Amino acid sequence: MKKVPADQGVLTLMTTSIVGESIPRIDGMPKITGNARYVADLSLPGMLHAAVLRSPHPHALLTRIDATEARKVPGAKAVLTGPDVLEIEGISPFYGPAFRDQPILAVERVRHVGECVAAVAADTREAADKALSLVEVEYEPQPAVHDVLDAIRPEAPLVHEKLEPAKTFADLAHLKGGQSNINYHFKLRRGDAEQALAEAAMVFSDDYVSPPASHAHLEPHGVMAEWDANGKLTVWTSTQSPSLVRNDLSNIYNVPLNQVRVIVPYLGGAYGAKLYDKLEPITTLLARVTKKPVRWILNREEVFVTSSKHGAVCRMQTGVSKDGTINARKVAVYYDTGAFAEIGPRIAYKTGFTGAGPYQIDNVWIDSYCVYTHKTPAGPFRGFGVPQVAFAYESHMDKVAHYLGRDPVELRLEYAYDEGDFFASGTRLHSLGHKESLEKCAEVIGWEPGPRKPPSPPPARGKRRGKGCALALKAVLTPSTSGSIVEMGSDGSVNVLTSTVEMGQGSDTILCQIASEEMGVSFDKVSIVRPDTDVTPYDTLTAGSRSTFHMGRAVQLATDDLKRQFIEIASDAMEVSEEQLEYREGEVRVRGMPDRRMTQEEVFAHKFKGAKGTTLVGQGVFQTSVAPTDKETGQSENMTAYWFGGASAAEVEVDCETGTVKVLNFAGGADVGKAIHPAHCDQQILGAAITTLGLTLFETMRFEEGQLTNQSFLEYILPAFGDVPRGLTSHILETPHRDGPYGAKGVGETGTMATIPAITAAIFDAVGIWIHEIPITPESVLRALRGDNGNGGTP
Amino acid sequence: MRTVELTVNGERETLEIHDQALLLDVLREKLHLTGTKEGCSVGACGTCTVLIDGKPVSSCLTLAAQLRSDQEVTTVEGLSQEDRLDPVQEAFLENAAFQCAFCTPGMMLAVKAMLSENPNPSDEEVREYLLGNYCRCGAHPEILKAIRSAAAKKT
Repeated sequence: MKKVPADQGVLTLMTTSIVGESIPRIDGMPKITGNARYVADLSLPGMLHAAVLRSPHPHALLTRIDATEARKVPGAKAVLTGPDVLEIEGISPFYGPAFRDQPILAVERVRHVGECVAAVAADTREAADKALSLVEVEYEPQPAVHDVLDAIRPEAPLVHEKLEPAKTFADLAHLKGGQSNINYHFKLRRGDAEQALAEAAMVFSDDYVSPPASHAHLEPHGVMAEWDANGKLTVWTSTQSPSLVRNDLSNIYNVPLNQVRVIVPYLGGAYGAKLYDKLEPITTLLARVTKKPVRWILNREEVFVTSSKHGAVCRMQTGVSKDGTINARKVAVYYDTGAFAEIGPRIAYKTGFTGAGPYQIDNVWIDSYCVYTHKTPAGPFRGFGVPQVAFAYESHMDKVAHYLGRDPVELRLEYAYDEGDFFASGTRLHSLGHKESLEKCAEVIGWEPGPRKPPSPPPARGKRRGKGCALALKAVLTPSTSGSIVEMGSDGSVNVLTSTVEMGQGSDTILCQIASEEMGVSFDKVSIVRPDTDVTPYDTLTAGSRSTFHMGRAVQLATDDLKRQFIEIASDAMEVSEEQLEYREGEVRVRGMPDRRMTQEEVFAHKFKGAKGTTLVGQGVFQTSVAPTDKETGQSENMTAYWFGGASAAEVEVDCETGTVKVLNFAGGADVGKAIHPAHCDQQILGAAITTLGLTLFETMRFEEGQLTNQSFLEYILPAFGDVPRGLTSHILETPHRDGPYGAKGVGETGTMATIPAITAAIFDAVGIWIHEIPITPESVLRALRGDNGNGGTP
Repeated sequence: MRTVELTVNGERETLEIHDQALLLDVLREKLHLTGTKEGCSVGACGTCTVLIDGKPVSSCLTLAAQLRSDQEVTTVEGLSQEDRLDPVQEAFLENAAFQCAFCTPGMMLAVKAMLSENPNPSDEEVREYLLGNYCRCGAHPEILKAIRSAAAKKT
């Protein structure tokens, strides 16, 4: 387990030729021609189609299930139920990254509408549907808990009566389940917030509520699986985490890792919905039982019951002392993780840390909870829980600013952390960029410095405009690991082998840019070998804005290894010691004597005695680590490999008669450390902001007694071209990180983090109403304008 | 089951299909033209967009049996002629008007149809026309730029 010391981090190059350029994407031609293959485009001869029967109840005992009649349907090759799975030898039927709380097929009990109770593999989809319609199921509905605040009460029905920790990840190794729907509780204590709030001249106390939402990736989940005659399993899956899927399947089937191969085609979006195990357990089991390839592609309605964004209630209290100082923040955030924990505990932990915001506040008290309810399981959604708490902490910065008669931007700049400060958790901060991003976005949106005048009472008719700015900071998931192989052929062409998944963010392109830069070969000579766990090394996962940093460094380490081999071979050929040689611009040269050198071709020729088509292979593993966290105080000397900051500024127009809110102008900013591909960074900032606009203004999964009532794209509305602000700009800042490749950090989530509070601040500026719940529907705006729900006016 | 004759990307195809077979499924599974995608099954997302006689249509809501053999169906695979990309494809490529690109085939076909009706659309006209083509990655800014570029090239 080699840790890369901070001072040995980056092989900095004085000038870069391709890193920093917005070159054409390498996946451009396949995607533009319609040639790019996604999992639903793959098939195998003799392939069967899978389908599942789903629970119609949010919580029920599964008292009887009988597939006898279903099995008689012509074309149905296998029908499995939960009890059938339990009878299969050698299978571990429960899985999950934090707790093994999810059965492959429901056993004894169902815990959310949509939970799978039976699965069929058949020749055609029609035969599969027919078979499912003949599965006999009896349920005994049980009291269910739907609301996260109800779920934490001692008398609430339990979603899980006992829990088994999965022990897959170092940071969650300490989990244990108990007699409560709270499956995880993170605490952070600094100073004495209770005392400070008691002494405060003014305490703001509000609940900020975000509903569950759908990731709504346009490509539904899908998997194709086949077992070969040797008992080796191959899975083609739309996943962000091939290495984890391999590990989980290896656990489920109790087979060695090398007997499971996970291949990832292009993904049609994911945003966190396609992590850990989703369809793989059922599909692989059907393939095993039928001894045929099986493919399972979800329809859109099924996607809604497969994963979701954590709804959350964030109880925020902010104290302001007599002298106008923010003296305390007390936060209780309840993340609604639905029926299965998935990675919810990590969200409560890693995002809980940041719940008070990136501000120097002496007294901080945070309780961050991950809570079960009888709803669609929640999983990571771009932003990993940060948008839900940033909504709260940024909203309070605006309330405080208005109370004190100060400029909300200037107040944030005063309190926000600086380089070298210690975060509330005790970790020292390096490479932030949130303040500079805020300044830039405020400037672009035309922010007038100085205190805001309280808006005059809005008219009954007419439109009012307002502006708002917000910032946020996120800590990257740590610890994690990324491995890469870089292989060069004797003709100088290069393959970059990576388990990082291209899901639209452009990872294929930038990893090849890095290899091209490091090896001094032109970009058109570099190719990517996409995730295939038979050949691409372990990578924790593609999510959380981590891949540029971690996999980028892994590629650099792999190219370092390759360059060392070049030097070793050249040393032998030139009869010069290795210390006297350096790899520069694609050649090996004697230091200080540029005429004495060997080209790549000459090195290969020497090593392989002139044979053509030979290869040299370099490999590298990059890992990050954390210092332990105190269970009671949440303090840790090192909780994250890097921070990435973002800011958003919005100008809105509120129609006082209809309550409609339009975002006219938006500026998104982020500090990316180093923009390896500047256009990609812009696309990530704005792409994330556009999605978040949808979450702010109209997206919500409407549950009624655990049933979704808007389970289709006719009712669950996504941002469309008409919703994209006419004024839309992105602003990249580069504060190099000492450990990142060329100083790069992460960017994928930055546009999600401060966008909600920028919009709500702008609405206050326009019409004087504070928003405490999203989505901000016209109805909620009208109610607030009329004071119907007590939210009208200034505090 | 019935036999239908379809003209897809300039080729006449004779196929035996279920009466209720969707055009989307016939294109993907019988003709192996997998560039057209299924995103929502209710005609809201636009990933299944194909052109019928140059007009954009949700193939997830169209029965293959509805079509006559003289109606020209165009999918993304039919956009490029031999080795030459369609100008819309070139504009999308040059402007990186995609990320995951699941929306891209349908988007480019809708854009092509729009520009053939309205060669120089205003920004508002473009946004209105493309309301039925979602992009969850949020590549809208680049797509709008690609459209301006494609329109400019034609004029």
